[in-house]
Amino acid sequence: MKGLDILILTATLFSVFTALSVAVLSLIWIERKLLGRLQRRLGPTRTGPFGLLQPVADGIKLIVKEDLVPSWADRIIFWTAPLLVIIPSFMIWVTIPISRNLVVENLDLGLFVIVALLVISILGLVLAGWGSANKYGALGSLRAAAQLVSYEVPLVLVVISVAVISGSMDLRVISAIQVPLDTAQPILDEARSNFSNFNHVGLPLIFIFPLGLVIFLLAGLAEVGRTPFDIYFAESEIVGGPFVEYSGAHWSVFFLAEYMNTFAVAALAGLLFLGGWYGPILPEWAWFLIKTYFFVVIIFWIRGTFPRLRIDQLMAFGWKVLMPLSLMAVITAAIYRFYEWPAWSLTLMSLSGLIVVGFAFYLKYTRPVLRLAKKYGHRPGGIRNVR
Amino acid sequence: MVSYDDVPISDSSSEFDMLLNMGPQHPSTHGVFRMLLKIDGEVVTHAEPHIGYLHRGSERLTEVEQYHQVVTLMDRLDYLSNFNNEWVYCRAVEKLIGVEIPERAEYIRVILGELNRIASHLLFIGTFGLDIGAMTPVMFAFRGRERIQGLFESVSGARMMHNYFHIGGLKEDLPENFSDNISQLILRLREDIEETDRLLSFNELFVSRTKGVGIISKDLAIDYGWTGPGLRACGVRYDVRKSEPYSVYDRFDFKIPTTLDGDCWDRYFVRVMEMYESLSIVEQALEQMPEGPVNVLGRRLVRPPKNDVYMKAENPRGEIGIYLISDGSDKPYRLKVRPPSFCNLSALKELITDSYVADAVVILGSLDIVLGEVDR
Repeated sequence: MKGLDILILTATLFSVFTALSVAVLSLIWIERKLLGRLQRRLGPTRTGPFGLLQPVADGIKLIVKEDLVPSWADRIIFWTAPLLVIIPSFMIWVTIPISRNLVVENLDLGLFVIVALLVISILGLVLAGWGSANKYGALGSLRAAAQLVSYEVPLVLVVISVAVISGSMDLRVISAIQVPLDTAQPILDEARSNFSNFNHVGLPLIFIFPLGLVIFLLAGLAEVGRTPFDIYFAESEIVGGPFVEYSGAHWSVFFLAEYMNTFAVAALAGLLFLGGWYGPILPEWAWFLIKTYFFVVIIFWIRGTFPRLRIDQLMAFGWKVLMPLSLMAVITAAIYRFYEWPAWSLTLMSLSGLIVVGFAFYLKYTRPVLRLAKKYGHRPGGIRNVR
Repeated sequence: MVSYDDVPISDSSSEFDMLLNMGPQHPSTHGVFRMLLKIDGEVVTHAEPHIGYLHRGSERLTEVEQYHQVVTLMDRLDYLSNFNNEWVYCRAVEKLIGVEIPERAEYIRVILGELNRIASHLLFIGTFGLDIGAMTPVMFAFRGRERIQGLFESVSGARMMHNYFHIGGLKEDLPENFSDNISQLILRLREDIEETDRLLSFNELFVSRTKGVGIISKDLAIDYGWTGPGLRACGVRYDVRKSEPYSVYDRFDFKIPTTLDGDCWDRYFVRVMEMYESLSIVEQALEQMPEGPVNVLGRRLVRPPKNDVYMKAENPRGEIGIYLISDGSDKPYRLKVRPPSFCNLSALKELITDSYVADAVVILGSLDIVLGEVDR
C-alpha cells in the first residue's frame, strides 16, 4: 500500500468517526427531546437553541468525571471490555453505504461482516460484567449473553432471507434491487463481475417482505438492548447490569456503542427494507438519513411507551415466536426464489406469517387484557366513564 | 449486624446459589430497605428482608414533646400521606380530651385527606411503572401530584410536612382563593389520573408482567395483618371509612373497590379505582362543606386526663392505628403506631421466594411501602 492510500484511508476512517459521533449526538438529542415531548415535558432547553448542545454538555460532563475502578476488579478485563464493545460498533459502518457511492469499503459479503461484528460486542458485555467483579454485573452480563445469543439467530435468519431474495450480500446491491431498473442498472452491472444471480425487484422490500422487517426490528431492538428488551441493564432490577461499576469516560463508551448500534440497526432496516438511499428530489444521503431517523424515532417511541419484559418472557418470545417465524421467512424467501414465483406471492406468504404472529400475540398478551378490561367494565386505552 | 453467613440455607438451595444483596441503596427498594436474596440463576430461592435503616425513634420522641408538637412527628411517619397521619393522631388526642371539632374542620380534613390519598396513589402508580421499566407514567403521575402539592402549599404553607391539623381542628381556615383552586385542580387531576391509567393499566406488557405475579391468598393476607388496597385486592371488602365510619365519612356516597385475584396487577388497579372514588368524595365534601369556625381549642396547651385510647383510620396504605396513653401531663406517656406498611411488608418473604429477581422488585413495589413508617 502506498503512502497516499494510507493517508486517504486514515482520512476516511476519521471522517466516519466524526460523522458517527455527530450522529450519536443527534440521537441523544432526539431521544431526550422526543421522550420529553411524549411525557409532556420540554426536554433540554437551556443549552443552546432548542437544547441542541445538551449532548455536548453531557459528553463533557462524562469525560471530566472521575473514572473509578473498583479495587477488586480485574483491571485488564475491566479496561478491555469497553473497547470490545465499541470497536465492532464502529467497524459495522465501514460497509454501510450512505449513498450509491458513499461507502468506505464496499464488501461483497457486507451483510455477513456486519452480522459477524455484531456478535463480538456480546463478548465485551460479558467481560464487562465479569471484570467488574460485581454480582449485579455478573447477572447482567449473563442476561446479555442469553438475550443477545438467542436474538442473534432470528436476526441472522432474516438477513439470510433478504440475501436469498436479492441474491447478494452486498449492501449496495441489496438496496439497488429495490429501486427502479434505470437507477439500479449501473450498480448491478458493476457488481455482476463477481456474481450474476441478482433478482431485481424494483420495489422496497417492505412491500414484498413485511414479515422480514417486523422480525428484523424486533430482533434488532433486542440486539441493541432497547426497551422493551433492555433486560440486561434493567435499572430497576440489576441497576445497570454490566455497566454498574463503570463511570465517566468508560461508561460513556458503552453509551456511545449502544447509540451507534441503534443507529446501525435503523440504517440497516432502511437499507434492507426501504430501498436505502433511493428517493425522489432530495440527494441520496438525505434519503438515507430520513429513512434511518424514521426507524430511530420508532425505536425511541417504543421506549417511551412500553415497560420491559421479564427474562423468561424474553427467551420464550425469542425461541417460540421469533425463531419459527424467521425460519418461515427463510423458507418462503427460498420458495419464492427457487420457483421464481411473482413478487406478490412472497407478499402473501409473509403476510400470512404476520397474521400467525399477530394471532399468537393476541392469545398471549391482548386476550388477557381484554378479559381484564371486560371484568372491570373498562375499555383498554379508552376514556372510561367514571361513576 | 447480619452477615451473609447468618442467612439460612433453604431446602431448595444448591451449591450454585448466589447471595445477592439488594439495598439499602438499590433504586427499587423504595427508600432504605434491604433484602438478602439467595438466587439460583434468575430465581430467588430464599429471601431475608432487613428493615431499620430509617429508624429515627419517632415513638420515643413523642414522649418528650408536648401534644401539639407531636403532630410534626406524625408528618414524618408516612411522609407520602402526611395529612392522614396528622388526622388520626389529632383524633386520638381529641377523643382523650373529649372534644368535638367543628363541622367545617371535619370537611376540610376529609378533603385534604382524600387529596393526599390521591397524591400517594399517584406516586405509587408512577414508581410501580418505573419498577417495571415504563418511564412515562411516572411523569404523568407526578404532574398530578405536583398540582395537589401546590394546593397543599397554598393551604398549609408546606408541600409535604404540613403541620396543619391541630388538636381541636385546624391551624387556620382555608385561604380565600381555595374554592377556585380546588375546582380547577379536580378538573385537571381527573385528566392526569385518566391519562396515567390509560397509558399503563391495560398495557399488554404491563399486564403480562404483573398479572399472576405475587399472588397472596385472602387467608394469608388476613393472617399477616394486611390492610388497605393490598387486602382489598384479595377480595376482602374492608375499609375503615366504611366499616367504622369516622369523621363525616358516613355522609358520602362512595364505593370500596375490590378485586379478587390478589396479584400485583390487582393491587395496582385497586389503587387506580380508589383514586376516582377519592375524587368523588372530595367533590361531595366541597358541596356539603358548611361555613363556621375551624378550631375549638385555639392554641391552648393540652393536658388530657389519665386515660388511654386506640384510634384507627384508613390511610392510603391501609389501616393506621394509634395507641396513646396519657398520664395527665402535657406530654404523651406512650404512643404506639400500628403502621400499615410494616404489616404489609411482613408478607414479602413469603411472596418473593421462588419468584424471579425481576418479579421480586415488582412485588416489593406493589406493596407500596414507605420506610419512614415501617422503621418509624
